Amino acid sequence: MAVDSPTLRDRFKLGLQAPICLTWELTYACNLACIHCLSSSGRRDPNELSTDEAKALIDEMAALKIFYVNIGGGEPMVRSDFFELLDHAVARGVGVKFSTNGTRLDQEKAERLAKTDYVDVQISLDGADAATNDAIRGVGSYDAAIAAMEHLAAANFGQFKISVVMTRQNIPQLDEFQALADRFGAQLRLTRLRPSGRGADTWDALHPTAEQQRTLYNWLVGRPNVLTGDSFFHLSALGESLDGLNLCGAGRVVCLIDPVGDVYACPFVIHDDFLAGNVRDEGAFTTVWRDSDLFRSLREPSSAGACASCGSYDACQGGCMAAKFFTGIPLDGPDPECVYGHGETAMASVPVALRPGSTVDHSARVPVRLGLSASRS
Amino acid sequence: MIDLPDVATATFDPTQAFQLHPQVALRDEEFGALAYHYGNRRLVFLKSRKLVDLVRVLEAHPSALAAIEATVEAREFDRYEQALAGLVKSEVICGR
Amino acid sequence: MTDKTPMTTEDVVEPADEQVTDELLIEEVSIDGMCGVY
Repeated sequence: MAVDSPTLRDRFKLGLQAPICLTWELTYACNLACIHCLSSSGRRDPNELSTDEAKALIDEMAALKIFYVNIGGGEPMVRSDFFELLDHAVARGVGVKFSTNGTRLDQEKAERLAKTDYVDVQISLDGADAATNDAIRGVGSYDAAIAAMEHLAAANFGQFKISVVMTRQNIPQLDEFQALADRFGAQLRLTRLRPSGRGADTWDALHPTAEQQRTLYNWLVGRPNVLTGDSFFHLSALGESLDGLNLCGAGRVVCLIDPVGDVYACPFVIHDDFLAGNVRDEGAFTTVWRDSDLFRSLREPSSAGACASCGSYDACQGGCMAAKFFTGIPLDGPDPECVYGHGETAMASVPVALRPGSTVDHSARVPVRLGLSASRS
Repeated sequence: MIDLPDVATATFDPTQAFQLHPQVALRDEEFGALAYHYGNRRLVFLKSRKLVDLVRVLEAHPSALAAIEATVEAREFDRYEQALAGLVKSEVICGR
Repeated sequence: MTDKTPMTTEDVVEPADEQVTDELLIEEVSIDGMCGVY
């Protein structure tokens, strides 16, 4: 390809008529309290979008020709109108891909999902055994996730995804995660831990070491069937790029709608600095996506900044905006996990106490006791 | 990746009639369009407005060739024929 | 190149406009290859 011709990636950087990958967190309520939760979920916000407001938003997505929406939370299945909204979306041609901890995915729900077209399910799991997983997600959460998978299998749902956030503790379990996915014929999805939400407090203890990043990268390179949600493009400097856009899509290809209708540049920057507007504002979501000041500025061509002299910038694009923001690194600086160590140097000059904290926190105020109701078949 | 132009065009017969695949939705963008296949979850970017126009008029012509001739300048016939061949492979368009 | 393998297999010459490019007219994008998928 001619060097000067604009690539698809270049064009995406300048913005689209509607997001391709829209994430919608249905609720901040959650019956778990994962220590790295990117949305600091736990308590329902009293100002959540109502069922009618949610349906109107779905109608707007359909009008914008958004092909599918990624639904999460908190735990989306704790919303009593979850299936009503699911059916509404699918009926309007908006596919639903939702993420769940599985605690509410009993046999009956699995069968209902199996009967619904254009629905994809992703079960969250952060350890290949209960000890590793539950240290992050809480006692009983591993068993609940496996039970949900068994329910989906028994209901002949078809292929679902198992989604893992990679940590120092679970990177040694890569082969076991693959084996678990193979056991269910599921698709494995590995994603990056960002210092977002409660992850800000646990990132230092959980994020992979530099050597583990190389291990992960090498493992992924040989396995194009493992999904990554483009979350490891900061590792592209290690060699050939992994599959995906290899680009921060915040405000350009992706964005987040939160449970109270706030629109953020991406799910990993739930913070006032990245709030573009609210769907309850005049002009609703469409206006926020197309005309908000924040998104317009994110769509301006940006410079390589401190990374300009690095030969790998074209591959890694300076890494993840959210990871930089929450570790206090300037956004035109290196990723905190820059494979050359430039991020560590940058972080060293920012006292931990001066890192930006969450401005939106729905964490449970008291320790969550897991009253898991998922039955095991 | 090895280029195999013959393999790509072998499966595409431009003298046949084509249409947008019934499970595909097109969304216009400034540079062309996004095509999403609801069945296989694949997303394809059509990188020129002309190609989008061509895909939209396919069903009004008795053959892909006729559609190309009606929509595209002669010096670009091959290029757009190749594009349609690729769209058949991605299941964005299909025979009718 | 970082994008997924393009679906057309032959490099072709200029678009209707001025510039000389080898640009392919279609490109598949992995929907799971976009950041922010929950």
